Amino acid sequence: MTTQEWKFTAKDIANKPDLFLSGHRACAGCGPAAVLRLIMKATRGPTIVTQATGCMEIVGSIYPYTSWGLPWLHTAFENAAANASGIDAALKALERKGKVKEHIDIIALAGDGGTYDIGIQALSGAVERGHDFLFVLYDNEGYMNTGIQRSGGTPTGAATTTTPAGSKIPGKLEKKKPITEIMLAHDMEYVATATPYYWKDMMTKVRRGLEVNGPAFLHIFAPCPRGWRTEPAKTMEYSKLSVESCVFPVWEAVNGNRQLSTPSKLIALAPQKKKSVTDYLAGQGRFRHLFTPQNKHIIDEMQRFTDERWERLLLKCEKA
Amino acid sequence: MKAKQETIPLNGDEAVALAVKQCDVDVVAAYPITPQTIIVEKYSEYVANGEVQTEFVCTESEHSAMTACLAAAVTGARTFTASASAGLALMHEMLFVTSGFRAPVVMAVANRALSAPLNIHGDQSDSMAERDSGWIHVYAENAQEAYDNIIQAFKIGEDIDVSLPVIVGLDGFTISHTLENVNVLDDQSIKQFIGERPFVMVTTQEGKTVPFKLDPANPMTLGPNALPNYYFEFKRQQEEGMRNALRKIQEVNSEYAKISGRNYGNGLIDAYELDDAEIAIVCVGSVAGTLKVIVDELRQEGMKVGVLRLRTFRPFPLEELRNALKEVKALAVMDKSMSFGGFGGAVFSEVRSALYEVNQRPTIVNYIFGLGGRDTNPHELRKIFEDLARIAKTGRAEMSVQYLGLRE
Amino acid sequence: MSTKEKGWREIPIAGVCTKSSIGFMTGDWKTYMPVRDLEKCTTCLTCVMLCPEGAIKWRPDMAKIEFDFSFCKGCGICANECPTKAITMKMPGEEE
Repeated sequence: MTTQEWKFTAKDIANKPDLFLSGHRACAGCGPAAVLRLIMKATRGPTIVTQATGCMEIVGSIYPYTSWGLPWLHTAFENAAANASGIDAALKALERKGKVKEHIDIIALAGDGGTYDIGIQALSGAVERGHDFLFVLYDNEGYMNTGIQRSGGTPTGAATTTTPAGSKIPGKLEKKKPITEIMLAHDMEYVATATPYYWKDMMTKVRRGLEVNGPAFLHIFAPCPRGWRTEPAKTMEYSKLSVESCVFPVWEAVNGNRQLSTPSKLIALAPQKKKSVTDYLAGQGRFRHLFTPQNKHIIDEMQRFTDERWERLLLKCEKA
Repeated sequence: MKAKQETIPLNGDEAVALAVKQCDVDVVAAYPITPQTIIVEKYSEYVANGEVQTEFVCTESEHSAMTACLAAAVTGARTFTASASAGLALMHEMLFVTSGFRAPVVMAVANRALSAPLNIHGDQSDSMAERDSGWIHVYAENAQEAYDNIIQAFKIGEDIDVSLPVIVGLDGFTISHTLENVNVLDDQSIKQFIGERPFVMVTTQEGKTVPFKLDPANPMTLGPNALPNYYFEFKRQQEEGMRNALRKIQEVNSEYAKISGRNYGNGLIDAYELDDAEIAIVCVGSVAGTLKVIVDELRQEGMKVGVLRLRTFRPFPLEELRNALKEVKALAVMDKSMSFGGFGGAVFSEVRSALYEVNQRPTIVNYIFGLGGRDTNPHELRKIFEDLARIAKTGRAEMSVQYLGLRE
Repeated sequence: MSTKEKGWREIPIAGVCTKSSIGFMTGDWKTYMPVRDLEKCTTCLTCVMLCPEGAIKWRPDMAKIEFDFSFCKGCGICANECPTKAITMKMPGEEE
């Protein structure tokens, strides 16, 4: 059934068996693990998952154990999208020969490492060639699996192990790469952002992405308590704050026409509910060094930048 | 049952493309690089004209090409790709991964020099640099053999006891771009020879024993993290595949000879006039063609000379090589690649090591030649035999490693 | 985990995984464990949705929520997100 018809409640989802199983080795309170579990509950039929090297790839596949209840492939770090291309080509060829009888969805999963940086070439190529797959980016803003190093997705001011907060340089100076703008520029049929606190919105978007006959891109913001130095219990709270502070607005673009999703729309309609960037940064150990007199200007700059980007987004959505 | 054959003028690349066409390949994912471009171009024509049922993926790099072939292979498809030089080097990571996955991908490598400096011409440094990757390496002497090797490669790699990817090497420009009369088999005979792709049976986490491929009906997890307590065992499994390949390559060579009338030595080594040879040259690839002509001339003059062409470099045909060369007194090994800082080239090292334990070891010397497509003329090659004749008399060589045709 | 690991001839090729992670109990990782006040619980199932481990299950046959402590890592997301604060994190032994 299409997403239009897919009305589901928490009980409906809870009744579906998990395809990302318990017993995986993710840290307690892992945002991406919660994301993966929910995405796998949003599949609509036979599905093949392929994944780039990273936290979520490792935690579910430590030989001889596997947490994957569906066919799953990992080959290397930079090529989740190229894996998907190969699987897509094989399924098309085998279908022509009558060896594959039903449609099989393909989901490519990668972290910000395997998407923003080392993975961007394969992603761009696979999208340009129009393969039928959904690419899900679980963004925890760093190369977490190898020890919290900075990635192209790490935000300004964050302390990572390769951009530590030192006496001369206060964390990462560069901006977070606008990955969804890059994907939108590929003229994709479906590009969307989501975050696990708003699980219903996120799962609906997974379905919409799967329905596209061609490539679709879903950017999911998933807090990492270990890398962000936050309390494991507050993972979902930060997921919610990221939307409320407009640091990570949730929206979807169908054929380039962008619409805010309900959680962000509520902020747009009631701007007094918008939280400050400071509310979002507080409690995150990776930003602790910003709360000092000499670095305070970085927080001001982040607030200014977030507001500016939010205004631009509102304009783009209005045009739709 | 002999195949119907017709003779068509084709260059090495075109011959490869035609062989792939006839092998009912499901997915071809490739990126162009000189001197392999004609393979992908010709194949694209077949695709565009509906002459093949292949999904042709023009990937954005060679790394993605190998990835896509691997992913397609583990989804159940028969796959092919081609590369050379820098492209093969770019795939380096994925070559090891593909072999680790036991995916029987077939790849034509139009052997070309590696940068820097940039050089588009033929030498074997590209595939020699990948000899540890776990791929079977078979090298052609001419376009005819390139055609035959591609067909055989699918059968060898897909064998259940082998399950390894195969590189079919053909010298860049010398074979890839040189027109020859190639005898091609009829489609039906090839189809019958190769058959459908078989699948290894594996036991998954559900306790079921099912064909090794991605299939929602039988979920399996491929590409896990194997910690130090398991990784070693998987590597040993790959080695077993290589050992089985030694036998399988010979079998396929004989079976193919029955339908085509052509065999390449015993499939592992192509020994020419080696029975009573006192001096011999070991080589890989097209230079064997020139050497065989020189051997004929020298035999006319009364010299007892021979050539051993290593058709299969991986798995290394240890026993066959020892048996073929044990009567030889002086041996020259030719390397169309260098291993900087090593004692001679790759082929020299391995041949020398193989003959270390033979009772009457020949004196072995190395000639590094033809790098970057440097032409090697028959006079220079003839001179090697003359050098060897001198070495055979004294039992000693002044220089173990020499550079043929280098300007000092 | 079995004490005797298998040799290269006994395992499937290419690293095909042979055991489901359901057999790997991560429950012994936890320091704190969730304790529920059933009177406050409205079965909104937020905890079931957001648990990264899938350790909180909805049992429709019994119309109740069940915690699987063999997998619960004690992260506390369920307690933090419960709208009626029906869950609190306690050290094992201080549930009373």
